[in-house]
Amino acid sequence: MHVTVDQDRCCSSGQCVLTAPEVFDQNEQDGLVRLLQDRPALALLPALRTAAALCPGGAITVTAPAAGGESGA
Amino acid sequence: MSIVDELAFPAPRPSGCPFDPPPAYRRPAARLTLWDGNPCWLLTDYQDVRTVLSDRRFSADGRNPGFPILTRSQQELRNETPSFLRLDDPEHARLRRMLTTEFLIKRVEAMRPGIQRIVDEALDAMVGHGPPADLVAEFALPVPSLVICELLGVPYGDHAFFQRESFRLLDTTAPAATTRSAFEALTAYLTELAASRRGREDGILARLAARTDLTLPEVAVTGLLLLVAGHETTANMTSLSALALLQHPAQADLLRERPELIPGAVEEFLRYLTIIGSGLPRVALADVELPGGTLVRAGEGVLAVLSTANRDEGLFPGGEELDVTRDARRHLAFGFGVHQCLGQPLARAELQIALSTLLRRLPALRLAVPFDEVPFRNETVIYGLRALPVAW
Repeated sequence: MHVTVDQDRCCSSGQCVLTAPEVFDQNEQDGLVRLLQDRPALALLPALRTAAALCPGGAITVTAPAAGGESGA
Repeated sequence: MSIVDELAFPAPRPSGCPFDPPPAYRRPAARLTLWDGNPCWLLTDYQDVRTVLSDRRFSADGRNPGFPILTRSQQELRNETPSFLRLDDPEHARLRRMLTTEFLIKRVEAMRPGIQRIVDEALDAMVGHGPPADLVAEFALPVPSLVICELLGVPYGDHAFFQRESFRLLDTTAPAATTRSAFEALTAYLTELAASRRGREDGILARLAARTDLTLPEVAVTGLLLLVAGHETTANMTSLSALALLQHPAQADLLRERPELIPGAVEEFLRYLTIIGSGLPRVALADVELPGGTLVRAGEGVLAVLSTANRDEGLFPGGEELDVTRDARRHLAFGFGVHQCLGQPLARAELQIALSTLLRRLPALRLAVPFDEVPFRNETVIYGLRALPVAW
């Protein structure tokens, strides 16, 4: 599973930090999203999908493995 | 799909449940005529609303041709310096990003003890001389006003002035002269305050005034947006949520037993009560086909109605009912896209603390008048209550 963020689209809503604090943080200098890990455990997939759906700027992309593929790092 | 008629904004809530969206908005996408004779799309569906608010082919800049001007009072201020709410990127992002660090999740979390103290002191004062009491005047309004004043660096002692002028500014039925005088009084006040704060470190206004890349009018309209949005919205959400709890005692009991449900309950109140009465205006910069099939052409105005979107049965099954155990996080009560409410972490913290404290400290809270005598206010941009007479 792979997560990417696009800081140009970040609105600093903080929804990602509230939903998946293991993966997202906010930069204290500019308020923009900080990715703490880009290959999180597969168990976090539901939270990451929610975070992506809640992101008002559409800044989060989650690429999940195909069924039977990699099991997440 | 193409119905042409006229609607007043905000649409009245003539009967039935005053927590529900106005009946006039409960329809599929429609073409309507605004007060000034200009046409506009009324969009009420969740996916359509979400698309309009997040697709950059829709502009929030009120100076663009075709932008829907909902009331005479909005027309009156059309040529004033816009806040970032009425600008598109990159200007919008430039101004908004000056403020994003003020509302970081960690920064707001650190504010919780201070908010709790303000909430406790407001309740102490109310309990000290009641019952009965007006929960709006003594709790729901002073709490967010005190919080935003502290954050901005605005003296709370001036609250009678700025609350009165804010109400006049947001009153959609006020004559144009009233809107103008309210806007000028508030911007003059904030300009003077910002100038006097230069060289100081305390508060957002001082930090904005210290910047060399902002004009004083830009500082003033940014301060005005934060001041008005910071107290009117949270005050009305607090009092409406409290009233909704009084009308749903089993859910209030559940929240007293399981206070860990409070954050989710606040999302449900935001969804169910959605207080931005008229919806959000935008204008299309290109031809766009919306998910519901409506083709909006370049230059056409649209009005994205949040309250009906938040009752979408597909997304929120049983959504016409209040259910504090629901996962309501996908609501659009704070808007969506790049303009989504900047202060939402603060609003959430204030609502969570205010409602949980109210439930805990006043378990016998009840209405002091019959429900149908509670005075709702529909004439301002933000729906809410004029007063909430309570006893305990």
